[in-house]
Amino acid sequence: MLAFIARRLLQSVLVMLVVAFIAFLVFRYVGDPLAALMSQEARQADFDAARQRLGLDQPFYIQFFTFVGNALQGEFGISYRLQQPVSQLILDRLPATIELAFASSIIALIGGVVLGIYTALRQRAFSTGVIMTLSLVGVSLPTFLIGIGLIYVFAVELKWLPSFGRGEVVALGWWRTGLLTQSGLRSLILPAITLSLFQLTLIMRLVRAEMLEVMRTDYIRFAKARGLSKRAINFGHALKNTMVPVITITGLQLGSVIAFAIITETVFQWPGVGSLFVNSVAVVDVPVMAAYLVFVALIFVVINLIVDILYFIVDPRLRDGARTGR
Amino acid sequence: MHSSLTRIAAVLIASTMLAGVANAETIRWARSSDALTLDPHSQNQGNTHTLAHHIYETLVGRDNDGNLTPRLATEWALKDGDDTVWVFKLREGVKFHDGADFTAEDVVYSMTRAKSEFSNMRQLHAEVESVTAVDDYTVEFKMVGPSLIYPNNLTNTFIMDKTWSEANDLDVVQDFASGASNYSVLNTNGTGPYTLVSREPDVRTVLAYNEGWWGEQPEVTDIEYIVIADAGTRVSALLSGEIDIVQDVPPQDIERLSNTEGFKVETGPENRFIYFGYKFGDEPLKSSNITDSNPFNNPLVREAMELVLDRDAIQQVVMRGQSIPTGIPNPPFVNGWTEELDAYPAPDVERARELMAEAGYADGFTVTLDTPNNRYVNDEAISTAYVGMLGQIGIQVTLASRPVAEHSPLILASDTDFYLLGWGVPTFDSAYVFNDLIHTKETGEDAELGGYNVGMYSNPELDEMIVSLGVESDETVRNQTIADIWEVVKADRVLLPVHNQVLAYAMRDGVTLPVQPENQPNMTTVTFE
Repeated sequence: MLAFIARRLLQSVLVMLVVAFIAFLVFRYVGDPLAALMSQEARQADFDAARQRLGLDQPFYIQFFTFVGNALQGEFGISYRLQQPVSQLILDRLPATIELAFASSIIALIGGVVLGIYTALRQRAFSTGVIMTLSLVGVSLPTFLIGIGLIYVFAVELKWLPSFGRGEVVALGWWRTGLLTQSGLRSLILPAITLSLFQLTLIMRLVRAEMLEVMRTDYIRFAKARGLSKRAINFGHALKNTMVPVITITGLQLGSVIAFAIITETVFQWPGVGSLFVNSVAVVDVPVMAAYLVFVALIFVVINLIVDILYFIVDPRLRDGARTGR
Repeated sequence: MHSSLTRIAAVLIASTMLAGVANAETIRWARSSDALTLDPHSQNQGNTHTLAHHIYETLVGRDNDGNLTPRLATEWALKDGDDTVWVFKLREGVKFHDGADFTAEDVVYSMTRAKSEFSNMRQLHAEVESVTAVDDYTVEFKMVGPSLIYPNNLTNTFIMDKTWSEANDLDVVQDFASGASNYSVLNTNGTGPYTLVSREPDVRTVLAYNEGWWGEQPEVTDIEYIVIADAGTRVSALLSGEIDIVQDVPPQDIERLSNTEGFKVETGPENRFIYFGYKFGDEPLKSSNITDSNPFNNPLVREAMELVLDRDAIQQVVMRGQSIPTGIPNPPFVNGWTEELDAYPAPDVERARELMAEAGYADGFTVTLDTPNNRYVNDEAISTAYVGMLGQIGIQVTLASRPVAEHSPLILASDTDFYLLGWGVPTFDSAYVFNDLIHTKETGEDAELGGYNVGMYSNPELDEMIVSLGVESDETVRNQTIADIWEVVKADRVLLPVHNQVLAYAMRDGVTLPVQPENQPNMTTVTFE
């Protein structure tokens, strides 16, 4: 057990190093950060001086080692653009992204399960056809188009909901939440829906497929034969067995929602880590870009690590394999 | 007893007076990107200055027509008998937000700081030898030589409080590499019309009217400055009533917004021209199929290239009317601009073909055009349009379009044969254009002039005249020299100007914000109906 975890941890560290290396390599060569930072009047001498101050004149590998060394201490340098510590910037903006990600996951989970059950139980109903078709459209439309569409309808035309930002926030220690104010909650609705659509469809289709599969199994047929009520069969027996893969998928998806909220955050000017990343790309703010990529990789690595360890605990076959040194 | 009664009476009177004036008007103002910092000397950048102007003040201001106006200095003149010294008389009775008095010491401190190593403002004050306080309200700037237009360089250099700055360790201008945090990045103490209430970089900055401000009380008392990067969302926020004023309106939305009931768009010329530049010199171009000569070095080719540039078509089609075609790389408010120089030839493809044949390039040639695609309004589309026009005379252009962060290194290294660039003239004087774009590019440690003379144009005679502008103390002579230089620059076709950009601010009806040619709108100029 310990050996397995140790090996998995070592793998994770390697993955992180590779990601850090790629992040650094790519971002180091996407453009010249000084071009965006210096003013029109800057002279070559000013450029050289700034290059030296930022350490951009150092050979690549030295810059990389400095980067990794600092990153291990949670230190990602100073943002060229905002001139604040990058780790601080990411921490400041993380609550916004996490709240958005959780809200959208909850919408996706509830909506996906309800619609999935509905379409599974009423396979041939007209409404099922409509839902299935709409879900296809929803998945094929790009996120920014859905976002702009929602803004147009609910903010510009109906004026029900805000079109941008996070509304008023309340500070609970270092966590600044928008969930406790009316304007914060209203601001959350449109971006959360936008971000949830893709997942919602995914979960809905998963639930539907699983449910249909379960409904065909013997124990459901026996339950029917025993004369149990439809309700008890559908929700007591079928649904319970459907939920295992759904929960796994939702958990794994949470990582990608946090990581890829970029477009939704940009469209709604949501002050999270995704929009921080986009704004940083525009001016080649290398420290922020590299830190963000490392951060996202860390989320995935940690989630996968936890999942692997859980499987290991749950599934005895894996344990046997580990013992024999497979 | 008596005194407390008077106090109550005074409070009552004061409160009724307040009620009369203080119709608290909040303006919610959105633009696409935020100020980089609140340290007033760290960055020489438009967005940063725009926000700073509301909190801090400069000695000299500039009105919307480009004229210098008194601000913290009430008057300024060259010293009698010494044309290398500028004397500034300071405004009396001005207080910083924390209540400290504004005096000459603060000016000396701020100028020293603005000239210090990490300051992005220091190149504007390179000609200043020393700054001294003569008395509390008089400051003398000793220049290296006569410097007639120096006050123009002061319009974005902000004055900080010496005591406050020293108490907060601000002697060194914010230096990003060191990692040491600087108090003034998020905290302010200026003399300006608004005080900082809160700041969330990239999200929202809130300002409130400074009751102790020396100027006339503006109609706007509270400012919510909001950053919305996405153009669609920015315009939507205006349409949905969440925002009052929007900067950086995309040209394609200008017409739609002007036609939408309840909204209007204020437009005006921006102090920024867009131009194409060529590589000069006999060296063959690196991106051309002509390997034994440089076609751009031939004046006939440059003339032909100007004759196929249809500026009016670009204005109508690419810019949707939102630009001012121009024949000279110099915006109209800038000293040295004349209508005559601004005239440009009508397109004449026939004549252009003849010129190309005469120059020995009847079959044309190939070349690469480097263009940014996210810096100026429709920059890539302008280049695409011109590529088509050049095709008419056989010049086959490969378009290399890049984000500005990748385009700029090419420009700085002069690593381009043919490029598009924009240029603003913050001093409102032609010398600024000459110094950077026309003067022979200097190299080495003390390189000062020709920094953006990407095409390596070189004319020693002009160089001499350009340098003389910096030290000429007779205004008439100086202006004549400027006119003479423009004459040569235009005749030589050193640069191929396309147009001046137009600025557009969109706002809801009932609010008016006049366009500021440097795109630094001032909320004290907002009026309500």
